[in-house]
Amino acid sequence: MPSDSSLDLTAVAEVVAAHTPFREADIISALQDVQDRYGYLPRAAMDELARLSGLPVAKFYGVATFYAQFYLEPHGKHTVRVCRGTACHVRNAPKVMDAVVRHLGVEDGETTSDMLFSLETVACLGTCFLSPVMLIGNQYFGKLTPDRAVKILQTIAGDDGKSKI
Amino acid sequence: MVRLTIDNRPIKAQPGQTVLEAALANGIDIPRLCFDPRLAPTGACRLCQVHLGKPDAEPVLACVTLVSEGLKVITESPELSNRRKLILELLLSEHRVACTSCDAEGACDLQDQAYRYGASECAYGAFQHAEPVVCNYTSDNRGIEYDVEKCVRCGRCVRFCDEVQGVSALTFDGRGITMKVNTAHGRPLHTSDCELCGGCIRVCPTGAMREKSAKGLGRAKDLVKVPTTCTYCGVGCQLDLNVNRRLNQVVRVTSEPGCIPNDGNLCVKGHFAIEFINSAERLRKPLIRENGTLREATWAEAIETVGRRLTAVRDQYGPDGLAFLSSARCTNEENYLMQKLARAAGRTNNIDQCATTCHAPTVAGLAAALGSGAMTNSIAEIKNVQTLFLIGANPTEAHPIVGLEMKKAMKKGARLIVCDPRETWMAGRAQIHIKHSPGTDNMLINAMMNHIVSKGLYNREFVEARCENFEEFRRNLLNYPVAKAAEVCGVDAELISQAAEWYAAGAPSAIFYTLGITEHTCGTENVMNLANLAMLCGQIGQESSGINPLRGQNNVQGACDMGANYGLLPGYQKIAESSAREKFSKAWGVPLPTNAGGTITDFIEKAGAGVLKALYCFGEDPVHSEPDSSRVLADLQKLEFIVCQDIFMSGTAELAHVILPASCYAEKDGTFTNTERRVQRVRQAVAPPGEAKVDWQIICEVATAMGYPMSYRHPSEIWDELAGLSPLFAGINYERIDRVGLQWPCPAADHPGTRFLHKDRFTRGKGRFHAIEFKPAAELPDEKYPLILSTGRTLYNYNVGSMSRKTGVIQQKEPANFVEIHAEDAARLGINNGDSVRVTTRRGSIVVQARVSGRVRPGALWMPFHHVEASTNLLTNAAFDTVTRTGEYKVCAAKIERAA
Repeated sequence: MPSDSSLDLTAVAEVVAAHTPFREADIISALQDVQDRYGYLPRAAMDELARLSGLPVAKFYGVATFYAQFYLEPHGKHTVRVCRGTACHVRNAPKVMDAVVRHLGVEDGETTSDMLFSLETVACLGTCFLSPVMLIGNQYFGKLTPDRAVKILQTIAGDDGKSKI
Repeated sequence: MVRLTIDNRPIKAQPGQTVLEAALANGIDIPRLCFDPRLAPTGACRLCQVHLGKPDAEPVLACVTLVSEGLKVITESPELSNRRKLILELLLSEHRVACTSCDAEGACDLQDQAYRYGASECAYGAFQHAEPVVCNYTSDNRGIEYDVEKCVRCGRCVRFCDEVQGVSALTFDGRGITMKVNTAHGRPLHTSDCELCGGCIRVCPTGAMREKSAKGLGRAKDLVKVPTTCTYCGVGCQLDLNVNRRLNQVVRVTSEPGCIPNDGNLCVKGHFAIEFINSAERLRKPLIRENGTLREATWAEAIETVGRRLTAVRDQYGPDGLAFLSSARCTNEENYLMQKLARAAGRTNNIDQCATTCHAPTVAGLAAALGSGAMTNSIAEIKNVQTLFLIGANPTEAHPIVGLEMKKAMKKGARLIVCDPRETWMAGRAQIHIKHSPGTDNMLINAMMNHIVSKGLYNREFVEARCENFEEFRRNLLNYPVAKAAEVCGVDAELISQAAEWYAAGAPSAIFYTLGITEHTCGTENVMNLANLAMLCGQIGQESSGINPLRGQNNVQGACDMGANYGLLPGYQKIAESSAREKFSKAWGVPLPTNAGGTITDFIEKAGAGVLKALYCFGEDPVHSEPDSSRVLADLQKLEFIVCQDIFMSGTAELAHVILPASCYAEKDGTFTNTERRVQRVRQAVAPPGEAKVDWQIICEVATAMGYPMSYRHPSEIWDELAGLSPLFAGINYERIDRVGLQWPCPAADHPGTRFLHKDRFTRGKGRFHAIEFKPAAELPDEKYPLILSTGRTLYNYNVGSMSRKTGVIQQKEPANFVEIHAEDAARLGINNGDSVRVTTRRGSIVVQARVSGRVRPGALWMPFHHVEASTNLLTNAAFDTVTRTGEYKVCAAKIERAA
C-alpha cells in the first residue's frame, strides 16, 4: 500500500516497467531514474517502487541512504557543490563559500526556499587546475572569486526566471 | 574429506567448509562477532583473523577462507592478540559500556571477547553520546528496543532479516560512523514489513536489540535456561525459557542455532507470546458454582464434587451420559491419562480433542489411503524438495518455521505451486498460483489427475507395484476434464494442466496442506484425493517426497497418537479389535467400554438433545472454537454438569459448574509430538500460579475420586506405561529424547526413529486409490447472502487468542478482528479500507474493520477467528465433514455492509 500522498506515481510504474524483470541489481539504477523524475526520492515513490518491484522497501532505503547521490528530501533544481579541497582552500575557497552562503541564504546541505538551489561542499572535485572551483549541475565554474560566484548564481536564477515566462 | 591442522591439532573437515566452521565443529573457539552459522559470512568484524602456515604469515579471515588439504591454521599469536585487542578497543570506543544495567550482561560477545583480549573501554577516551539514546523505529514498538549506542554494526540482524526470515524489514541506514540499523524511512517496526519474529534480538551479539518486556527482569547471567518445546503451532520449535528463579518468572525466550527442527529460528508467537504465563488473569484457585455464581473452593472440595457428579451421571445415564474433551494443547502424558480417565473411570468412549476441529480428516483420510494419518516427511527434508505443492496451506503465517524451510527450498531453485483462494505470502511468490474458488478443491485435484493420466504422465510402475483400486479411480477421473474444472474453480485451464505436469515431473515433489483442505464437508475426501495424487505420480515414500499435513496445535499429533479419540486407543490401535481391547483391559485392570462414542461435534449435539448430561472440558473452549457459537452455547447450557480444567476463564468455563486451575507448558514436565511425528520434551520452568496444579496430577485425582485410583510420581512413568502398550512408540523413553526428539514409528530401544513414512511399502500394505466425486459446500452463496466467507489464522495470533493476545507487542500489531474483502466488491458496496463493516450470515452478525485488497477473490471474504469479543465463529456454519464431523469453517454464505 503506498503511503498517503497526493504524489503522482505513474513515473515510478514507468521506471519499474523499464526494469522488468526487476532484480536486486536494478535497485541503484531504478532509484536514479526515480530521482531524475521527481528531483529526489519521495517516500511514497520508494514505497511504490518496492510494491511494484516485489522487493522489500528497506532494500531501496538502505541503498538510497548509503550513496551521497540520492536525496530523501526535496532537492533544489540546481545542486551547487563548492569544493573545499586543499588546492581550492589555499586559493580562497572559504571566502567563495561564505559569499555563496550569504547570497543563497542557506548553509551547507540546505536548499533555498524557492527550491532553485541546494548547497553542498565536497572534499575535492578533481579539477584542482581550476581552483577555486564549484560544480553546478554538470557544469564546472573555475578560477572563482566571491563576486564571480555570486554573479554565476544570479545568471542561472535569471535564466530560470526567463524560462518560466 | 579434507585434512588440516588447527593449532597443531589434526582436523577432518568437509570440502566447502570454511576454516571457522571447521574450527567450531571441533570445539576450537575462534573469536568472532559477525558470524552466524545460518548466514553467509561477510568478514565484517575481522576478529576471526588467523595465520595460515607460519605464525608470522599475514592473517586471513577464518570465516571466508575455505579449508584445503594440508592447511596449517594458527588461531592465536601475539600479533593476532594485538590486532583483536585493537579492533575491540575501537568498537568499545563507540560503545556505551553500561554492563551493570544491561540485560545482556553475561551473554554479550563483545564483553566476552574484550575480557579475553584485555581490551579497555577507555583506550580512546570516554564515549561521547552522539544523539539522545533510543529514539528510533523501535521507540513506539512494544516488543523490541534498539539501542544504537550498543550496536557494533556486525549486520547479523540485518542479514538474518533478509537471508533467513526473507523479510528485509531492517537495513543499514547511511554509512560510516553514523550508520545504524533502521527500517525503511525509520517507520515504527509494527507498521513496517517486520514480522516481529525476534530474530534480530536472538542474533544480536551485544545488548543493542532487546525485548522491552524483559527489561530489568534479570541480566542474562541471572537467568536459568530451561530447554523445552514451543506451545503454539505443530512445528514443535525447540527453545529455552530464560527464567528468573527469584521472581518465578519466564523473562525471555532464546533458541540456539543447530537445534532440530527450527535451527534457532522462532516466530512472533514462540519468541514473544509468553506474557500469558505470568498474566494476572490466570486461574489460581478452584471455583465451584453455587446459586449461579462461582466461588473459590479448596482442591479437596472441587475434586470431590467432580468425582461425585461424574460418577453419578455415569451410573444413572450410562456411557452415553458423559463425555471427555481432551486437549491438543497439553502433553502426551496428559492426553493418555485423559482417555484412560474416560475409558477406565468414565467407562465411555466419548473421548475426543480438537483434532476434530482441524485435522481429523487427515487422520481418517490418510489412514484409509495409506494406513498412517501423519505427515510422511520431516521438516528437515523440505529444503530439498524440488516442486513444492501447497494447497490450502499458509505456512508463513500458520507454521512459520516450516515456511522458512520452504524459503530455503525456493532459494535453491525449487518450483512453487500454490493452490489457495487467497493471496498468501507464498502465493505471491509462486510460479503458479491457482486462486480457485473456496470449496472446489476436489474438482481441481481430479482435473489435475485427469490431465496427468490422459497425458500418460503418471508413474505406472509405482501404481502397479504399490497401489490398488486404480481402475475405479481412473474411471471416475473421466468426469473431470480440465476445461470443466477451470470453469467451476474459476481459474485458467492452462494453470491447472501446467501445475499437474510440474507436480508429476518434480524430482522430488511434495504436497503440503492444512485446514484449507480439511475444514470442509468433504474434508476427508479432499485428503484422500491428495493421497491419490501423490500415489498416482509415485511422489511418496522417499526423502523429500510425500504428503504432508501441517498440524495446527503444538500437540494435536500427540493427542491423536495417545488415543484421545472415540475409536482409537493409544498408538492407533483400534478399540474394536479384540487383541487391543484385551491388552489395554489387562493393563488397566478394567473392561473397556463398548459404546460407540463420538466427537466434540456429537457431544454438542447430544447435549442439545438431552442425551449427554456431563462434560469434562480440558484445555479447550468449544464455545468459541466450534462453528455457530450461539448453537454451541445453547446446547452446552442444557448439560447438568460441566467441569473445565483450564489456565484462563473461557467462554466454556463461563458455563462450568466446577473450574480446576491448571498449568501451562512452562509449568510442567512431559512431551509434545510435533507435526513430523517427533516426540519432544517439555520441561517445567516455573511453578504454577497460586494453587494451580499440573494437569496430569489433576486427572489422577479426579480418576481416584471416581473410584479408579491413578497415581504416578513423574510424567516419565506415564510415558513408559503408554509406550509399553503402543508398538509405535515402544522404543522412545525420556532418556533417549533428552536432547533431541525421536520420530515415530520407533518400535524398539535401538530403533533410530523414522524420518519418512511408506518407504518400499505403505503402512496398510498397498496404497488405496479412492474415486472421489466433487461435492459442493453445504451452504453456497445466494441472493440474500451473496459472498463466500472463509476463516483462517494469522501470523500474530493463535486460535481463540486466550494466550497470544496477552502479549503487548501482539495486541499492538493485531488488536482486533477484521475482514478481507476484494477491492471490486468493496467499491460496489461503498466500503473503504479501514471502514467499520457488518458481516452477517444465517447464524449471526458481527462488526469488524474492513481490509480492502486483492488478496481474496471477488465474491469472497476472509476472517481470522482469534478475537472472541467479535467472534467469527458466530458466523460459521455448523455443517460437518461426513466422516470425521469436522466443521466447514472454510465455506459459508455471507453478506457485508457498512456499519451504521
